[in-house]
Amino acid sequence: MSDVAERVKKIVIEHLGVDADKVTDDANFIEDLGADSLDTVELVMAFEEEFGVEIPDDAAESIVTVGDAIRFLDKATAS
Amino acid sequence: MRRVVITGLGMVSPLACGVEASWERLLAGRSGAGPIHGFDTSDLACKIAMHVPRGDGSNATFNPDQWMDTKDQRKVDDYIIYAVAAATQALDDAGWKPRTHEEQIQTGVLIGSGVGGLGGISETAVILHEKGPRRVSPFFISGRLINLASGYVSIMHGLKGPNHAVSTACSTGTHAIGDAARLIALGDAEVMVAGGAESAINRIGIAGFAACRALSTNFNDRPKQASRPYDKDRDGFVMGDGAGCVVLEPYERARARGAKIYAEVVGYGMSGDAFHITAPEGSGDGALRAMQAAVKRAGITPQDVDYVNAHGTSTPLGDEIELTAVHKLFGNADPSGLSMSSTKSAIGHLLGAAGAVEAIFCTLAIRDQIVPPTLNLDHPSVETPIDLVPHKSRKREVEFALSNSFGFGGTNACLVLRAPQ
Repeated sequence: MSDVAERVKKIVIEHLGVDADKVTDDANFIEDLGADSLDTVELVMAFEEEFGVEIPDDAAESIVTVGDAIRFLDKATAS
Repeated sequence: MRRVVITGLGMVSPLACGVEASWERLLAGRSGAGPIHGFDTSDLACKIAMHVPRGDGSNATFNPDQWMDTKDQRKVDDYIIYAVAAATQALDDAGWKPRTHEEQIQTGVLIGSGVGGLGGISETAVILHEKGPRRVSPFFISGRLINLASGYVSIMHGLKGPNHAVSTACSTGTHAIGDAARLIALGDAEVMVAGGAESAINRIGIAGFAACRALSTNFNDRPKQASRPYDKDRDGFVMGDGAGCVVLEPYERARARGAKIYAEVVGYGMSGDAFHITAPEGSGDGALRAMQAAVKRAGITPQDVDYVNAHGTSTPLGDEIELTAVHKLFGNADPSGLSMSSTKSAIGHLLGAAGAVEAIFCTLAIRDQIVPPTLNLDHPSVETPIDLVPHKSRKREVEFALSNSFGFGGTNACLVLRAPQ
């Protein structure tokens, strides 16, 4: 697992209080991990804080799975 | 109006998590006081408090994981977790789990708090200042609002009746139980979960209450001696955290479902001082009128009261004014048959939770026919024929118990409880 993926999954586990084995790349925050819309807002904030990046609202709306977050943050931190 | 009885009890106190453990330790004369931990006190005048004892849940310690998902714990200040724990205990104790739609809409919740999420507001203000509004949590508001204690309890237990909250500073818990009893008496609900919760032991809470000269500061090196109501050396209250909840329902309903009945809520009185924002009015007129109203509603005379759980916060002014008010309540009648203690000597001042926790202690005094002690009462500052129950709990007959609460803003509330008939 890449460093970004590891850090993303750690945040998801901590914020959503879910077991590590459920946090797969294709896990949907709302449908699979029990998040509500406010949880996803907080998750995005936690990603911004952890990776020191800004995630604009339209980009945030397209992050619906763990893999979406990893891909976005991989790209954002590479540039 | 319908008769209203108490059929369930729940508590998180500085002595223990749980009603029975808190009560046993209270009767044994234990104090919940100690040095403040969790934040820096080096520049604070008061360095002591009564924290809720935390642990894995064994030995009556408080383990938040037993009461709320870790995911939800992160979103709220502690008073909400304490409220959920106390409400869950009370519903379990009452054997009441509303399942059908009809049962759910008949069951309501009324839990208050004096100051709500002071700690979270303070921490978030720093985040806003240092990192800007994009770092303010979407759960900041919902985890600090006073009525969210009721909100979480309602959601977790499916309570769809009245969903209410009160906030009257240190009278909150008493008003919550009194108001909830009225809702049942008038037929607005069949069952109510009522009480108060507080978590104000944080840097801003201690700084604020110390600034208005309410806290004890002379006993930082002897925390267990600091809360000493009626004693000549008292110098302010010791802050405590926790929550208390009761389940209330109509007498006939409790009988019909075979519930255990702890006590009946027979009297409730309220008044305002219209005097000062923090200081009690010197003659005790406001306190007296709240007690008179409660005793009148109960249809008894002051001499019928066996036990008073005093507001008795251990402040220099308040304790004697309350005692004066109780003497005035008796008028020319002899008050020497009365026992009156302040359990704040053992658990500290739980602010918005105080009235609820103390009403539970009154309920248990009735159940067990014993009155809890006033710790540290070595040298009373006044002479009184009233038994202030110094140092040790005492077996005695308790049919009627009265619980007083007085809050900032000059808000006074009083409950009268009676042994089940």
